[in-house]
Amino acid sequence: MSIKSIGEYPIIMKDSVENFNGNQVVYLYWYGHRVVSSPRAFPLPPEMPFGAIISDLIPITYKVEPDYEDLDFENLEVIWEVDGKVIEPDFSKSLKENGVGHKSFIQFTTPTLTGKVGA
Amino acid sequence: MSINQRKKRLNKKEQYKYMTRLGWDPTYQKSEDVYPYLKMEGIKIHDWEAWEDPFRMTMDSYWKLQAEKDKKLYSIIDAFAQNNAQKNISDARYVNALKLFLTGVTPLEYKVVQGFSHVARAFRGEGASIACQMQAIDELRHFQTQVHTMSHYNKYFDGFHDYAKAHDRVWYLSVPKSFGDDASTAGPFEFLTAISFSFEFVLTSLLFVPFMSGAAYNGDMATVTFGFSAQSDESRHMTLGLSAIKFILEQDPDNVPIVQEWMDKWLWRGYRLLGLVAMMMDYMLPNSPTSWAESVELYIEQNCIALYKDLERYGIELPTDTINTIIAEKGHLSHQVWNIFYNHTNAAAFHTWMPDEEKMNWLSEKYPDTFDKYYRPMFERYIELEKKGERFYSETLPIICQTCQIPLGFTDIEGGNPHVYTHETSEFNGEKFHFCSKGCKHVFEKQPEKYTQAWLPPHQIFQGNCGGATIPEVLKWYKIENGVDNLDYVGSPDEAMWNKLKNN
Ligand SMILES: [Fe+2]
Ligand SMILES: [Fe+2]
Ligand SMILES: [Zn+2]
Repeated sequence: MSIKSIGEYPIIMKDSVENFNGNQVVYLYWYGHRVVSSPRAFPLPPEMPFGAIISDLIPITYKVEPDYEDLDFENLEVIWEVDGKVIEPDFSKSLKENGVGHKSFIQFTTPTLTGKVGA
Repeated sequence: MSINQRKKRLNKKEQYKYMTRLGWDPTYQKSEDVYPYLKMEGIKIHDWEAWEDPFRMTMDSYWKLQAEKDKKLYSIIDAFAQNNAQKNISDARYVNALKLFLTGVTPLEYKVVQGFSHVARAFRGEGASIACQMQAIDELRHFQTQVHTMSHYNKYFDGFHDYAKAHDRVWYLSVPKSFGDDASTAGPFEFLTAISFSFEFVLTSLLFVPFMSGAAYNGDMATVTFGFSAQSDESRHMTLGLSAIKFILEQDPDNVPIVQEWMDKWLWRGYRLLGLVAMMMDYMLPNSPTSWAESVELYIEQNCIALYKDLERYGIELPTDTINTIIAEKGHLSHQVWNIFYNHTNAAAFHTWMPDEEKMNWLSEKYPDTFDKYYRPMFERYIELEKKGERFYSETLPIICQTCQIPLGFTDIEGGNPHVYTHETSEFNGEKFHFCSKGCKHVFEKQPEKYTQAWLPPHQIFQGNCGGATIPEVLKWYKIENGVDNLDYVGSPDEAMWNKLKNN
């Protein structure tokens, strides 16, 4: 089943990157954590340093998680993935330079903090 | 005996014929030009006459009956208003289920009016065309009676004030809206499969029975009455749905795989939409007659499977994957959807709250395998935060599914990871797309051209199309009054008004 139509069917890419005023959409998920009820979406400049995810986005998104107070990026093992591929991010370099594109899905996993609630 | 003998009354069949004789064979226009949508979807109909309107025999009494039903309904609504019966409901929290119904479901009824009117025009056969016109009229009546019934609550409670604008703008209402838009922009045969069959026949009981028995359990007799008034139409719609689907299947074996695809698609889309009903049943009704899980057992595990068994002789197969997912998720769905709304109540046109101890115990009892393990601890944490005056509202926006437009808040139950959000992706025309489930990814991949034009609220906000970038700016554009229509029930004007009502 593809589109059935009586005329030519237009292809409208409603969320092309050009429509976001210079930003790109980026998604963020702390693997296994459910108090925050879904991964989150952000409009971000591609030149934003990757490190700003830690300094700016994670606090406003995840401070409600009980694990947040133990989330120490200096001393914990953290596995970063962009679009399903494990990466070693360079935090001083930009999102773009770290391979984050429009509508990329960034996931970070903390093997010692697994999202247990109330335990 | 007089020579001018009175003419014998027409029999029912003749009556129907004269009342509905609207078809004709075009002579100076080509049939394909008059009915441009008929061949588009690949469905082959050899004999339109083989489909008779299943209600032709009751046509004569239809108008009288509907008029009587309306009269009764409006006199009960009047009595409800005269007696200030809004005071007799179980608790003002209940009214939030009505807010969701009015803004989420009622505009869908209107979409269905448009859809059936279009299909009635598109079909070649008179019986089919009339049956669809009649359903369009019924659905219009449902839309009207729902708006009128709930307008009484609008005098006392917040959030009912602008349902039409809300339906077009507010983030979670893009879920029912996209469902209705998807169906009514499909070809006529897909529309019929989507609404008449999948929704009316397979899923409508899951919507209406909980809503109306929920209303009865919580003392809302006005809603019970519109429910009964609509329910008697629904049984007619169900009959139309089943007879329509059988007609299409019988006409040509080539129709079977096409219809099967649609049935699979719309069962999935309908199930996702009913996530709203799941949370209504388990969380929004102060007194819940049944849990979501119990309803799934009755309407999906028993009724739906039996129905598909009936259709096996046409070559239709049970959508086993979808049914298995519905069954696997039944212990999780309502809690996950409620959590999504609890997170984002700062941008909703109704209130949410954490269940009290009695409700928590009810949930433990109804969900012995899941509630205490996965959800109670989370909810107890929220309550702890509330006590400290730090009620949690998300400051950030969710990623939502390109197909169903629900936030990606469903976890991987079937894969054995109930603590991990399911996330699927696809690519089309050089761009990435994200989904809440395999079902939604599958729907997208069949028709990516359609879903790339989806109006996704978070993306629209980011594009600058919703009044601004901050929550107050977006709320203003939604026409939601901050601190009045939204936020927790506790501390809301609704709660204050309710306490005053109860103490006077
Ligand atoms: Fe209806
Ligand atoms: Fe209906
Ligand atoms: Zn989805």
